Amino acid sequence: MSIQVHGLVKRYGPLTAVAGVSFEVAAGEIFGLTGPDGAGKSSLFRMLTTLMRPDEGGGKVVGFDMLDEFLEIRRRIGYMPDVFSLYEDLTVRENLNFFARVFGVRIEDNYHLIREVYEPLKPFEGRRAGHLSGGMKQKLALSCALIHQPQALFLDEPTTGVDAVSRKEFWDILYRIRARGVAILVATPYMDEAARCDRLALMQQGRLLTQGTPQALLESYPHHLYAIEVAQPWRWLELLRSHPKVHRAVLAGEVIHVSSLEPLDLTYMRQWLVDSGVTAANFYPVQPDIEDLFIALMDQKAHPTGL
Amino acid sequence: MVATFWAFVQKEFFHILRDRRTLFVMLGMPFALVLLFGYAVTTDFKHASVAVYDQSGDMWSQRLIHQMQAGGYFSVVASVSRKEEIDRLFRQGKIKVAVVIPSHFGESLMGCEPVQLQLLSDGSEPNIALTLVSYMNDISTRFVNEALGSSAQWLISLQPRMVYNPALRSVYMFVPGVIAVVLMLISAMLTSLSIAREKERGTLNLLLISPLPPLLIIVGKVLPYVLLSFFNALVIIGMGIEVFGMRMWGSWPFLLLSCLLFILTALSLGVFISTRVRTQQTALFASLLGLMLPTVLLSGYIFPIESMPTPLQVISNVTPAKWFIILLKGIMLKGGGLDALWVPVAVLSGMTVFFILLSWKSFKLHVE
Repeated sequence: MSIQVHGLVKRYGPLTAVAGVSFEVAAGEIFGLTGPDGAGKSSLFRMLTTLMRPDEGGGKVVGFDMLDEFLEIRRRIGYMPDVFSLYEDLTVRENLNFFARVFGVRIEDNYHLIREVYEPLKPFEGRRAGHLSGGMKQKLALSCALIHQPQALFLDEPTTGVDAVSRKEFWDILYRIRARGVAILVATPYMDEAARCDRLALMQQGRLLTQGTPQALLESYPHHLYAIEVAQPWRWLELLRSHPKVHRAVLAGEVIHVSSLEPLDLTYMRQWLVDSGVTAANFYPVQPDIEDLFIALMDQKAHPTGL
Repeated sequence: MVATFWAFVQKEFFHILRDRRTLFVMLGMPFALVLLFGYAVTTDFKHASVAVYDQSGDMWSQRLIHQMQAGGYFSVVASVSRKEEIDRLFRQGKIKVAVVIPSHFGESLMGCEPVQLQLLSDGSEPNIALTLVSYMNDISTRFVNEALGSSAQWLISLQPRMVYNPALRSVYMFVPGVIAVVLMLISAMLTSLSIAREKERGTLNLLLISPLPPLLIIVGKVLPYVLLSFFNALVIIGMGIEVFGMRMWGSWPFLLLSCLLFILTALSLGVFISTRVRTQQTALFASLLGLMLPTVLLSGYIFPIESMPTPLQVISNVTPAKWFIILLKGIMLKGGGLDALWVPVAVLSGMTVFFILLSWKSFKLHVE
């Protein structure tokens, strides 16, 4: 196991940011961490990168003890913090060169590690990092985090504020880094990205609600889920929630996702919708996605007896 | 490790060189301050503008006017023929002094009759006016003595004011003061800002989890500022000597080492501030209030320490600039060595060690 931690706790005064987190990440595995803002993801990252000492718990990162051998860990990991943390007044090349030299490596020797990330930046090598677009900044930050051949990579919301095309490219690159046997821990607020991870944990209020492969997590979805396609969907949420068999009704993009604790009769529901004045609606069962699962689990945590 | 260190120093120089405004302030400020204090903020005058109302117009009055200008303190910018013109020139701010020479000036002198020269000066600047009046007094007394050849009056006219050049006094005051301010600003303030900036941007976190030892991070960050500060100190001393005729009586190595010591004191203060603050803004306020104000107000640079109330005199003892000014004046003006000046050297060294230890204690390998 490349990362193996147990019972990590971090408190800020009266506030508990991380409340006992345990998980493992294997070499060559992408482990995703998703959850709302303030769930404690960044605090967890800071503990795993040894930037911050946990108040309780511990474990091993790239084979070294988090508490006693943190200096060994520091030279073997790559970290992309949640905010862009390179020197904006230095050029692309100067930033990369600086981080390479800080870790005592030469760009030429390790260029193969960053080729696919850095190649799109080549034409802009002389440009100051502060003048790059969001997608390019993120590629540069990843290049700087990869140049010293880390065994584990910690990416804290690397694609926030990055356009869809760059996000897809970024994930293609992550898969290639994974193929080299690097353990990758990535936090993301995007559910589509969460589904791309090898394994995934949902985090809320400092705890991991559940973890597993995206497939296994989706199979564990506890309710029955249906979609309603209708014009101006937001108008009907209150009506749907008033139905006794509807557990939850939320907007999922252009459609409404309705969950129920027991299977619903499609014919009956369609008739009920028409009777209630919802015309031209399309009602059908649907496979849950990560977001649906997350909503169901958060609900469960808030009302443990609601199942 | 050496290569890593130079990578770090190079990066710091990039930061400094790319920030044009700060660079301009850093390199331009010593010149601006020295020139400002040397020329503008001074109580000694040269070429004060004078208007002359010569009612006599004879050979003797012409000689007096000539003698007035010969000393270099006055330059006659207007000769008027009516008293109202003097008022106008004063109001327009074109003259600082006006001299009215009465009619029959030469005749009266030859007849050994008392002559009254009227000297009008701009009362809105009392210090300047007083100085100019005393200059003029000297000139006229000497003139009368020369004209009448009286040995008794010749003795009276030997005023020490004229022999002593007051410009020498103020240059010895302001040059150490300007060095103290500039070095505080660059060493302490810019260092604390530069470290706080890395905290704010999150880059310090990346440095922290790199293999760089913390000591190397700090030394790498301050080294460029040491070099810049030292350069500035040399510029200021050089200008004091070249432009303002300051003389250096003491040992050059001792002077330069003293500057280096004060730079280290200022840097240790800057590093200490940066370990205690999170943002550039607090770093700026902390260094302005905690360092710049005492340096300017309590060091004896502008206000004499002897005339301060006792509590402020006590506080001035913890102002590094006070000891630096004592040290610098001791070396340059009195030619003092370590035997005479060991107290300020010891105080500054003590302060430096104290703040380095304090910073060392609060510099952590982990964030909170």
